[in-house]
Amino acid sequence: MHKEAAIREPLILGHKTYHDITEDVCRPIEDKAPKTWYVLFAIALIIGLYGVGCILYLLGTGVGVWGLNKTIGWAWDITNFVWWVGIGHAGTLISAVLLLFRQKWRMAINRSAEAMTIFAVFMAGLFPLIHMGRLWLGYWVLPIPNHFGSLWVNFNSPLLWDVFAISTYLSVSLVFWYIGLIPDFATIRDRAKKPVAKKMYSILSFGWSGRAKHWNRFELVSLVLAGLATPLVFSVHSIVSFDFATSVIPGWHTTIFPPYFVAGAVFSGFAMVQTLMLVMRKAMGLEAYIHRKHVEYMNIVIMVTGSIVGTAYITELFISWYSGVEYEAYAFINRATGPYWWAYFAMMTCNVVSPQLMWFKKLRRSLIFTFIISIVVNIGMWFERYVIIVTSLHRDYLPSSWSMHFPTHIDIGVYVGTIGLFFVFFLLFARFFPVLALNEVKSILKSSGESYKNAPDTHRDDPTPTPVIETVAPVVEEKVEVKTKEPVKETKKAKLSEDQIKDKTAALISKLGGAGNAIDDLKQISGVGPVLEGKLNSIGICSFDQVSKMTKVEYDLLDELTASFPGRAERDDWAGKAKELMNKSNS
Amino acid sequence: MADKAIYAMYDDDDVLKDGAKMLVSKGVKVNDVYSPFPIHGIDPIIGIKNTRLGIMSFIYALVGLALATYGMWFFMIDDWPMNIGGKPSFSYKENFLSFMPITFEFTVLCAAHGMAITYLIINKTLPGMPAQNPDPRTTDDKFVMEFRMSENPSMTQTELVDLLKNTGMTELDQKDI
Repeated sequence: MHKEAAIREPLILGHKTYHDITEDVCRPIEDKAPKTWYVLFAIALIIGLYGVGCILYLLGTGVGVWGLNKTIGWAWDITNFVWWVGIGHAGTLISAVLLLFRQKWRMAINRSAEAMTIFAVFMAGLFPLIHMGRLWLGYWVLPIPNHFGSLWVNFNSPLLWDVFAISTYLSVSLVFWYIGLIPDFATIRDRAKKPVAKKMYSILSFGWSGRAKHWNRFELVSLVLAGLATPLVFSVHSIVSFDFATSVIPGWHTTIFPPYFVAGAVFSGFAMVQTLMLVMRKAMGLEAYIHRKHVEYMNIVIMVTGSIVGTAYITELFISWYSGVEYEAYAFINRATGPYWWAYFAMMTCNVVSPQLMWFKKLRRSLIFTFIISIVVNIGMWFERYVIIVTSLHRDYLPSSWSMHFPTHIDIGVYVGTIGLFFVFFLLFARFFPVLALNEVKSILKSSGESYKNAPDTHRDDPTPTPVIETVAPVVEEKVEVKTKEPVKETKKAKLSEDQIKDKTAALISKLGGAGNAIDDLKQISGVGPVLEGKLNSIGICSFDQVSKMTKVEYDLLDELTASFPGRAERDDWAGKAKELMNKSNS
Repeated sequence: MADKAIYAMYDDDDVLKDGAKMLVSKGVKVNDVYSPFPIHGIDPIIGIKNTRLGIMSFIYALVGLALATYGMWFFMIDDWPMNIGGKPSFSYKENFLSFMPITFEFTVLCAAHGMAITYLIINKTLPGMPAQNPDPRTTDDKFVMEFRMSENPSMTQTELVDLLKNTGMTELDQKDI
């Protein structure tokens, strides 16, 4: 088993068991959705539909409804495209690169980050498609024989590279995500009570059964997909940057673009993950799995990539002067001091200054501060693309062509609409899909769970197998005999007979003594809920005095009787807790 | 032939692993293990060989690479050599650099999807397949070891059950198949 240094903060807080993890993740899916979900969904849907309306108007009328002109032929459309692709970089980076580096903290966030990636890439892909004007001819970007005498698409063009890069990225991310989802869908399937839900999750889970061989393949497939997805992540945004870098426009024509775009993409992607995750963990009660340490780790990634981006900005500025190319130098001076200085200023503040605040441990562990910064970063990254695209274009070689870009309400509507659609998808995901990678989180419970980490004594890692309790054995044997007679498919559990229960209860109470008149609130003992309290009371345990006398023998007896939380009483040290509570009430 | 499957359920992966080790040392053949998450180290104990899906993925990648190379040579050099911006397409070698991005993407596409499809088919996990786990709790927090009587001919059922009792299992079940 994988051992983790004791000095590391546990990744799963509280006393969680495997079953608790299943419960915590499945409950939001099985329960009714809270009101806030409906409210948020309605808002997102309205905004999304407005966006769809704008897109339909655009398709019906033409790209002229955007604020583009002869000089500025690319503006919000490509800005939004690059922005969304950038956001879509965190998910696969988290699950692929962090998997290769064996970073266990990824497990709590990779599922939803990947979902976010896929939805963000949907939104990104929309922009080039609608920019074509005639959406229904979108398949012309594929190399298929056609009625132009088989004139093929141009494989030298970065725009075609983009087509291949984005579609490969989308489909590979989708496959990676879904393969991880299959076992978790199976968990939901096996718990589902409503027939429709059972049927749906049964189809979605592909009949997963969790055999050892399947898990063996599962792990290898995840690893190889991670290995394939890692260079893919880097290639995709490099290729997006080639859209600009291979041109001869001052301000675009720079070799620094690929690494600088990739760092920027990771930067904005992690910021979006933070925005979503901070809300989600609260709304879905997942604070034990996604906590400050996870937030801190992500903030460190934001800080590092933010610093790379900042360095790239400054390098770019320096090179534009150092190159001695007048056009290049002018493009950059104009960015900082020209009519778009405010966009440049927004970009510099949001992307260069704000991540540097993460050097302070207090700040990077503060959830509210992180939330604010995550939004600031995404605003900054939008401006970065806007600055690169619009300010490089608006001063043409001919002063007579100089121009400014003013977005129309359709520009704004389409952009805001994609944000709405993105949240529609994400809210649906959070409602019907397991937002945590159940199987992966369970596999780190023993190495990174708080209760296991801080209490090495109860670590069930010893090589001697625990012997089965004597009294259970004969019952099991009886069971086998009965079953051999009737070959009916049947699943019955070994249960204690009535008499045995009586005997055991008597034995337990004789050791602990009667409750007398004292009836204490046993729920005060950590780990005891109302159900368990009821069970204890029915056995005859009502006071702290009785609980405090419990030892290993009594714990085992109790486990057999209640059969609901094996090992829990011992692990949580009820006797010790009860003693404390008694002392408190006495003093 | 009628066969009998014995299912022993555990509530801890390490207990199951120790149990399996003990049983295998006594000459018991464990048919399968069902668990809610991968139990690391169980495969060598119960004699499961490592999967060769990685090799398959490499083969799919080579197929993708070959297809992409052929395709781009055919589209750009052979079938319709376009002269773009005064840079003609004379030979694959000269234009190789600008074909690299798509060649790479297509290689990854084939490797990833080829492997994923193979994985689903050999697992027999496809949409609409019925679940095969013996107990619904094995996808939650229970671990089940499966034995087939036909695979343990040297042992009677009671002998096997006696051995199992010493492994710390929590429940026992059987099924005729």
